[in-house]
This record gives sequence, C-alpha cells and structure tokens, in this order.
Amino acid sequence: MTFEIPDDLKYQESHEWVRQAGSTAKIGITDFAQDELGDIVFVELPAVGDDVSQGAEFGVVESIKAVSDLYAPVSGTVTAVNEQVFDAPELVNDDPYGDGWMLELELADESELDSLLTPEAYADQIA
Amino acid sequence: MGLLQPPLHGVHDARGAKFTEFGGWDMPVEFDSIRTEHDSVREAAGIFDVSHMGEITVSGPDAETLMQRLTSNDVTALSPGDAQYSMITNDDGIILDDTVVYRLPEDVDGDYLFIPNAGHDEQMERRWKQYRDEWDLDAAVENVTTDWAMFALQGPEAEDLLMAAVDDHAPAEPTVVQDLRKFTAATVELDGAQCIVARTGYTGEDGFEILAPWDDAEAVWSLFDVQPCGLGARDTLRMEMGFLLSGQDFHPDENPRTPYETGLRFTVKLDTDFIGRDALEAQQAEGVAEKFVGFQLVERGVPRHGYDITNTDEEHIGTVTSGTMSPTLGEPIGLGYVPVSYAEPETTIHVLVRGKPKKAVIKSLPFNQ
Repeated sequence: MTFEIPDDLKYQESHEWVRQAGSTAKIGITDFAQDELGDIVFVELPAVGDDVSQGAEFGVVESIKAVSDLYAPVSGTVTAVNEQVFDAPELVNDDPYGDGWMLELELADESELDSLLTPEAYADQIA
Repeated sequence: MGLLQPPLHGVHDARGAKFTEFGGWDMPVEFDSIRTEHDSVREAAGIFDVSHMGEITVSGPDAETLMQRLTSNDVTALSPGDAQYSMITNDDGIILDDTVVYRLPEDVDGDYLFIPNAGHDEQMERRWKQYRDEWDLDAAVENVTTDWAMFALQGPEAEDLLMAAVDDHAPAEPTVVQDLRKFTAATVELDGAQCIVARTGYTGEDGFEILAPWDDAEAVWSLFDVQPCGLGARDTLRMEMGFLLSGQDFHPDENPRTPYETGLRFTVKLDTDFIGRDALEAQQAEGVAEKFVGFQLVERGVPRHGYDITNTDEEHIGTVTSGTMSPTLGEPIGLGYVPVSYAEPETTIHVLVRGKPKKAVIKSLPFNQ
C-alpha cells in the first residue's frame, strides 16, 4: 500500500502534517494516519484564540474502532478551525491534505518547523 | 508464544486485511472499511472468518448429562440438528462464557458440539473433563478447535449465496439450505468438503455459520464472492443488536455478571440441574440490582469501553462495557450495566467522555429495530 506524502509539507512522527503560508500554518493528519484509523467519526479541536504548544495534545480524532490524540507539530495561536470536519468527519478520510484539514495557527516560532520531518524522512518512517 | 493463525491468514493478508490479536489469535479486523463491511451485511451480505472460535465435541452415553450439568439451558430440548444459545456459569451463577450448543446432525460423528469463545477452548475442555471425571460420567470430550475453520455468511442475501454455492458445487439438494430454520444445522457438501452449516450468526441478520474442515477452508471460503468482513464490523453489528461480547460485556473476574443481569433469562432453565442453578434461583427470587442496557449519546462524542456512567447529579452508577458510532444509525451508542432504577428506556444518564459528562438516554435493545 502506498500513501500520499505531499512534498511541500513538513511532518511529525505522530502523523500530523504542517503547511506553512507566511506566518501561519495549517495542520492536519496524514494519509497514512487516516488509513490506520479507518472510518473517522468524530473530531475534537480547540477553539479559535486558543494557544497550542509543539508536542502537546490539541485534540482528538476518533474512528469507529479507536480514539487517538492529536499532537501539535508547532506552537501557535489558533486562527481558524475547520468546522466542516465536525459535521462531516469522513472528510479527513477522503481528503486528509485538503478539505480534511483541522487547524490554522499563527506561528509562535517559525524555527520549530526545522525540527519536523521532511517528506522523505516521513516516508522512511512509515515504510 | 506466537499467535494462532486461522487457515486463511495468508489469503486475508494477500487481500490487504489489517489484523488484530483476539483471544490468542491473529485475526482480520478490517478488509476495506468497517463502515463498508457493516453496510454490506445490513444491505446485502458479508462473510467473516471466525475460525478463532473454539469447537469442543462431547460424545458417549453420558454426553447429555455432562452438557446439561455444565450449561444453563436445557439440552434435552434439542433434537439432532438443533442448536441453542446457552451460558456456562460457575457455582455463583457468574457467566464464565456464552456459547452455542449443537446437538449434532445424525450423519455427523459425535453427539454434541459447543462453541466457546476465542481463547476459552482449553479452559472449557479442562472444565468438561474435570467434571466428567468428578461425576464419573462416560463421555468423550475432544477439543477440535483446529480441526474446523468457521465462517459466518451474514445478511439478507446470505441464503441465495449459500444456495448458489450448493447448486454449483455440490450434489446436495439446495432445499437443505432453504429448509434450515433458525438455530438448526445440517451437513452440506461444499466443493466436496463435508461442512456443518447452521442458520445462526451474531449480526442480527439472517445468515449461516459454516464449519469447514480446516484443510478445506480456502476452497469453501472462495465459493463466496462477497464482501469479506473483519472483527471490526462484527463488533459494530453485534453492538447494534445489544449482543454481549465475552471478556468485555462480561468477564468472570473483571466484570462478573449473571445471565439475569444481562437480560438473557431465556438461557436459564431452572428446572434443569446445572452448576450455578441454585445461585440463579436465589437471584431470580430476589431480583437483580443492575441490568444490562443500551444507551445513545445525545451530545457529540463516542462512548468507549471503560468510560464511567453517572446520573445527572454526576454520581457514578456504572461503566460503559462497549461503545461505538453506530454505522447504521449514525449515532453514538453504548452498552453497560446500571442500577435497575436507571434502566427504563428514555431515562437520562451521563457518560464521561474523557472526563466530560455527555448526556445520553437509555434505549430499548436492539438499537437496530
């Protein structure tokens, strides 16, 4: 089985991705993660204005069979939450890098991005 | 010790199944997606490899006596080819395992066959032999778990699929399948393999459980061009029906329960003599303190095994034993035990989802009515 690993993203070992756009970043979970979880039925996320810290839990994603914590790949302040995934959590399965995104953050420290995995390193991890 | 493998482990692996440990066996948990597999069984048909279930045969002059004393239902009610759901209880009436007892069709060697849950076969074999010897009964007890593969073909199209397999591949009359009533079994030749086919299952749908000789498993499985299903879908299907999962909805040490607490009164025949009978008679007279119930969350969240149940004053009243997002209903559902005063349908309770109280209401079982 091969999984999509876009080459313009950074990755965390716990299977979250980050897409930087200037001083903000979008966060979601990887194709591999959604496949491992199976049918996603519930997503719990922080509110706009909340702060998250790199490596700390920021939410929960539940599939029919399992509950998984979500870990922030970078620190920052939540500027947007994808409310679509509350009503249609299957978006995370269908389009993990697109419509299934989860948070947008104002980055607290852009240098944290350097500590994340490159697409190649993440591909090695899940191989 | 390594995990046991069903005879089709390699076939499932090649098909892309994900596996999980269950009762000491490495079993397919998911082939495509739990939702896809679940919906196939509700709407058409699916087939499960449940070869991890145990099989024990009991034969000889005292086989009936031994079965009668070690199971809570009345085996004397069974004619050859009949099956019954039953409980195996200890002296306190606590469920050690739930099982289906078959009185074997006349063309099969042996008198009785019962199906312990995965990983319980050796314990039950010891129990049967221990009591046989203690009571000086003349009965042969044989653990044939690895002689038989077991498949569950389930869903509204199961009968047609099985009839087509019989038609195409075996000399037996297809009416053998059509005539099988619920909880009856017959021998059916499938692709040359002598199988025991019973109209039973654990999904709430019409369907069949097929015991195929271990070495013929692949030939029999391949007769059914139908959605393969894993233990994940089996779990969501049985939860929608409010069926118990051994080790989770009851466990002799961690969650000791009697058949009366589970609501499965019909499995207990107090006019028979079995281990646990006297304790159950006393409980019947006194009534139970807690009952097994189903509930539906009305706030966002998913109930899971081990979560606390409270009343609306946040006082602990029970624990979730099973829970999921119901694929059929699209609602979060759960099972557990609560004091009888909270067991009436539409009673409001709370479930602590990661510590936060979420409102839920008691529902009549099965959920999938």
